[in-house]
Amino acid sequence: MKALKNLIDNIKPTFSKGGKLSFLHSTFDAFETFLYVPEYLTKKGVHVRDSIDLKRTMTIVIIALLPALLFGMYNTGYQYNLSVGGSMDFMQMFWYGFLRVLPLVIVSYVVGLGIEFAAAQIRGHEVNEGFLVSGMLIPLIMPVDVPLWILALSVAFAVIVGKEVFGGTGMNIWNPALLSRAFVFFAYPSQISGDKIWISELSSGQGVVDGFSGATPLANAAAGSPIPSFMDMFTGFIPGSIGETSTIAILIGAALLIFTGIASWKIMVSTFAGGLLTGLLLNVLATDPSSYMAMPAWNHLVMGGFAFGAVFMATDPVTGSQTETGKWIYGFLIGMMAILIRVFNAGYPEGMMLAILLMNTFAPLIDHIIVQSNIKRRLRRAVIK
Amino acid sequence: MSNKIRLRKGLNIPLKGSAETHIAKNISPNIIAVKPTDFKGLNPKLLVKEGDLVKAGTPVIADKKRPEILICSPISGTVKEVVRGEKRKLLEILIESDKKHECQQIVTPNFRKATQKELKETLLAGGMWPMIKQRPYGIIPSPSIEPKAIFISGFDTSPLAPDLDFTLKAEFEHMQVGVEVLTKLTSGGVHLSLNADNFAGSPLHRLEKVSLHVFDGPHPAGNVGVQIHHISPINKGDIVWTLDLYTLAAIGRLFSKGVFDLRKIIAITGPRAKKPCYIETLPGMPMSDIMEFVELTPEKKSGELLPVRYISGNVLTGDNIGENGSLGIFHNQITLVSEGKYREMFGWSKPFRAKKFSFSHSYFSWLTPSKKYSLDTNLNGGERAFVMTGVYEKVLPMDIYPMYLLKAILAEDIDKMEALGIYEIIEEDFALCEFVCPSKTEIQEIVSNGIDLMIKEMS
Repeated sequence: MKALKNLIDNIKPTFSKGGKLSFLHSTFDAFETFLYVPEYLTKKGVHVRDSIDLKRTMTIVIIALLPALLFGMYNTGYQYNLSVGGSMDFMQMFWYGFLRVLPLVIVSYVVGLGIEFAAAQIRGHEVNEGFLVSGMLIPLIMPVDVPLWILALSVAFAVIVGKEVFGGTGMNIWNPALLSRAFVFFAYPSQISGDKIWISELSSGQGVVDGFSGATPLANAAAGSPIPSFMDMFTGFIPGSIGETSTIAILIGAALLIFTGIASWKIMVSTFAGGLLTGLLLNVLATDPSSYMAMPAWNHLVMGGFAFGAVFMATDPVTGSQTETGKWIYGFLIGMMAILIRVFNAGYPEGMMLAILLMNTFAPLIDHIIVQSNIKRRLRRAVIK
Repeated sequence: MSNKIRLRKGLNIPLKGSAETHIAKNISPNIIAVKPTDFKGLNPKLLVKEGDLVKAGTPVIADKKRPEILICSPISGTVKEVVRGEKRKLLEILIESDKKHECQQIVTPNFRKATQKELKETLLAGGMWPMIKQRPYGIIPSPSIEPKAIFISGFDTSPLAPDLDFTLKAEFEHMQVGVEVLTKLTSGGVHLSLNADNFAGSPLHRLEKVSLHVFDGPHPAGNVGVQIHHISPINKGDIVWTLDLYTLAAIGRLFSKGVFDLRKIIAITGPRAKKPCYIETLPGMPMSDIMEFVELTPEKKSGELLPVRYISGNVLTGDNIGENGSLGIFHNQITLVSEGKYREMFGWSKPFRAKKFSFSHSYFSWLTPSKKYSLDTNLNGGERAFVMTGVYEKVLPMDIYPMYLLKAILAEDIDKMEALGIYEIIEEDFALCEFVCPSKTEIQEIVSNGIDLMIKEMS
């Protein structure tokens, strides 16, 4: 360990100001602070600091994503096995899924972090940890058969247009991961829609069992076809984006996020509440018992990306509402909009992505109203005194 | 007992090294530093030169624009050196003691009969005026403005703060005199806040002619700014005064004995203090006088030897004065911590870091609420943009949106700063926000810049 420390100390001058490779300062710094918590000291202000930093924060989000990732890998193999009528055992299914999902994760990180490093370099900033989470989120909300070049392009779009043009992590308006998904959806609709893309190699159509459709429950629901049972959707043995299918795995992550206080429980609770109440309202208003509107409301919460979006996307502190009261409103509206888009917009069965992006846009407005009410309250106080 | 105001938000940082209640030493410093930098809003004009003889109470600095505001020498002796910094900025005046403890006798009127004008003149001539702070901004008050009310915090909740009931137990009579003087300077009364935990145990509840308020909760419940917010918030145009109990007692001594006497009992605290204890001394005392209380054997961490940081005040708001520095005039404790100049391999990713404290649940320190930590000055991360939300709010018991106020300050938007509460806060009220900030933002500096901007724009 000492050798490593010495090595770092030895090459440090090369990357520091005036050194030969000083233009790579941010990159060096990123690796150094990744290896070691730096020896930075408090200067002005408080003399001791809390142990938490953004690296720790982001690490916890990634840990919270692991159950969804691991289940997603397993489910990829499971669905493939189902589609070809194979007889793989648990480990084979997991291994198959692992090999299918890993390239997506690698491409997402390599492209995204590459751009992050370059952007930090240009600005002369330290490399921000934000993409560690986005880079994991992006593959989890993609269909497993997404071509790698489309994935790479969407990551680049999300990081550059979604984040860096605004000034990097902390400055962006929209959730970068969702932006990448939206990019894929709108830019490559032909490659990335329909029933075939959700299951590995289904689009090539080889050796598929007769009558296997591969359609997601959302697509079925929109088309008026029967959907899987609540329990199947809750546990996650259904077609869908890699990380979104298992509500159980997502809730394990949610528990960690709430417990550590990293993500806002208010947003999660209000999103689920907004979705459920809107669903129930539609149930009441539905005239035709076989229509989408009449589908029992709780199914919405375990279908598609609703749970994943509520736990991991809506709670993004940068793009979400920043006031505590605002978080309730923001989450509730996301849940509501997601269900409304799902039920009434036939063109795109997954409403969660658009609902969150829409509310990302309106989050500053919600906060503005909350802050204005605080200002008015303070002014009223002035009149009384 | 008046109504109890219960504050739930806040945090007591579990720092090791709280002082045992006994006075280990009575120090008469050989040399004393008078630091004009201790006073916010002072434009110092030097009144003495090197070699001049002064007594305790002799003015050494006056304010350029308001020459009636005087800062006096706490001891008798010779002006040894005038230390200046960049652009000849006056940093400190070093006065060598003659060990005679001669006091400048100040003619004081009978405080019960004196007029407001006479009382003010005595406070000014006796050097006590700049010890009072004006809110908004935490600056030296203007002698021509009558404050809406005067607020005193009767307890200190900051990390390892001295026990004021112990340090001021002999000063009750003087504090009573101080209160009586102050009540004549405002129509809004003198408001004293006490700690609910120790209301009856503190002799302060017997003080007369004050409005008592009781606060319950973790730090910053003892901050006078937080107390004012809950008693009678400062609105635009309001001027109030604040002072600490030590100053109250010193005002009492001035009016009872006619002397400028700043002797006080302060605490020596922190993880690097050898047997944390109390000492009696004078503000301006150099650190060399307390070397026997400093744990100089360096602490070893990750192979590095960690030197000591000398903090005049507490770890949240104090000044890093260095081993050659001296005790600030408003500070009632010295905190000794290790400089955290070490690198910890993969520190941020270790699930257990038993020696690190975090307010968040991302570490496990919340499982051991009574454990004390030997925190050091490592930043524990790198500086980032604002990312997390809702963190500052958990440690700020005020109806203020800290993130929005900070952003208004950064944007230099005067109207917004005003509307969002800049008048109600000074740096110390946001210190805990800075402690818990995961982005390692220097929040107190932002607040300080905001206040400076307000002073500039509103004058």
